[in-house]
Amino acid sequence: MIYFDNAATSFPKPKEVSAAIIDYMNNVGASPGRSGHRLSIEAGRILYQCRENLAELFHVSDPLRIIFTSNATESINLTLRGFLRSGDQVITSSMEHNSVMRPLRELEKNGVQIKVIPCSVDGSLNPEDIEKAINKNTALIVLNHASNVTGTLLPIRKAGQIARKHNILFLVDAAQTAGAYPLDMEKDNIDLLAFTGHKSLFGPTGTGGLVIGENVEIHRILPLKTGGTGSRSESENHPDFLPDRYESGTPNIVGIAGLNAGVSYILKKGTKAIHQYEHNLCQILISGLKEITGVTVYGKEETGERASVVSFTIAGQSPSDIGLKLDENYAMMCRVGLHCAPAAHKTIGTFPVGTVRFSIGLFNTVEDIEKAIAAIRKMVRDHKNRKVKND
Amino acid sequence: MTESGQKSVVIFYSTSGAIKTESLAKKQRLTVKLIPVPRHLSSDCGICLSFNSDDIHGIEKILKDNKIEFDAIYEL
Repeated sequence: MIYFDNAATSFPKPKEVSAAIIDYMNNVGASPGRSGHRLSIEAGRILYQCRENLAELFHVSDPLRIIFTSNATESINLTLRGFLRSGDQVITSSMEHNSVMRPLRELEKNGVQIKVIPCSVDGSLNPEDIEKAINKNTALIVLNHASNVTGTLLPIRKAGQIARKHNILFLVDAAQTAGAYPLDMEKDNIDLLAFTGHKSLFGPTGTGGLVIGENVEIHRILPLKTGGTGSRSESENHPDFLPDRYESGTPNIVGIAGLNAGVSYILKKGTKAIHQYEHNLCQILISGLKEITGVTVYGKEETGERASVVSFTIAGQSPSDIGLKLDENYAMMCRVGLHCAPAAHKTIGTFPVGTVRFSIGLFNTVEDIEKAIAAIRKMVRDHKNRKVKND
Repeated sequence: MTESGQKSVVIFYSTSGAIKTESLAKKQRLTVKLIPVPRHLSSDCGICLSFNSDDIHGIEKILKDNKIEFDAIYEL
């Protein structure tokens, strides 16, 4: 079995992840931040240690500015719905996932103006186009760091510079890059960083978070939910400090125990080394696929930096047929179709049929990639032979 | 320096602040312990950080340098 669906959920995970989850379930078990007994304190320490590890990974000075959510979608919704008001303009790109597009379209109904900057056919964005779109109502710029369809990186550092210059908040959707690509809140000029735990951070599903930069005035972002926090229990009003302002109800501590182990694993390996390993596999795959007549690979032509996501189509064969054959005949798992990103597929010209997407992870090998290229080559050949027979 | 053996506690608004201070204090090799807030000090259900009263300046510096909000410091 070969797993090429790491952009959806990474699999397998480092063995430390399930070990940490089992350890929490068997030996800790309690609610963090609620009671004064040793098990509750131990659960609180796991929660805090995960914040500390994430702070190291993303270069955040205060670990308490990292909020846990259930995934990047929740973090993006929290920011967009909590911050944008009627009359505000928000700037985004035509390569966004529906986790950004759908909440924006909802907000549009309530008077938020949305400016979608068109990207080129390879998914790249000219930062000058962002600056040109800024007007007096622009309150936020939101961009993905890397496309989940093509792996194309958006120029977040430059976009962040522009946002800082115009005193506009900058939200980055790092769903595809957190853990597998170096990210730095300061150097990349990021105000708000939405990440998920279940992809390149190696946590279980249902974990994720939002990093709130030092420049962000938290009173301007309303919480999505309020409730019990274990703090200020004497008050019926929700606390206004971090992380409690955005964390109500018992957290997914069992998931966070696993996420903590995943992030520790990444810190030991280093994001640069992880990126280089995946990037090498990605380049072998892209050049192998490009040699096959009838295969079109999407995204940037050059072999430069990208997230380890490869989208392609085969002339005359539908992505869904290819996906089914890869699963049934080769035990190869990938994702076909529109990848929850209709805007991105419109941009690269593959809407509404979509593409076949191979997303590479740290546990893939050169052998996996060679098998994938051989499988696609055989599928193209078989299809041609069948066509000749039918003709 | 001989230790007085006297203990003090920092009372926080949230357990996150208490655990953060514990983590920072342990990195500086200060002897600290998270304990339930003594009933006579607060009506809240949380935890507080106990430390040797001799280390008061070190603890205060950690709280100040890291902008950790706290309710009060009491000698037990």
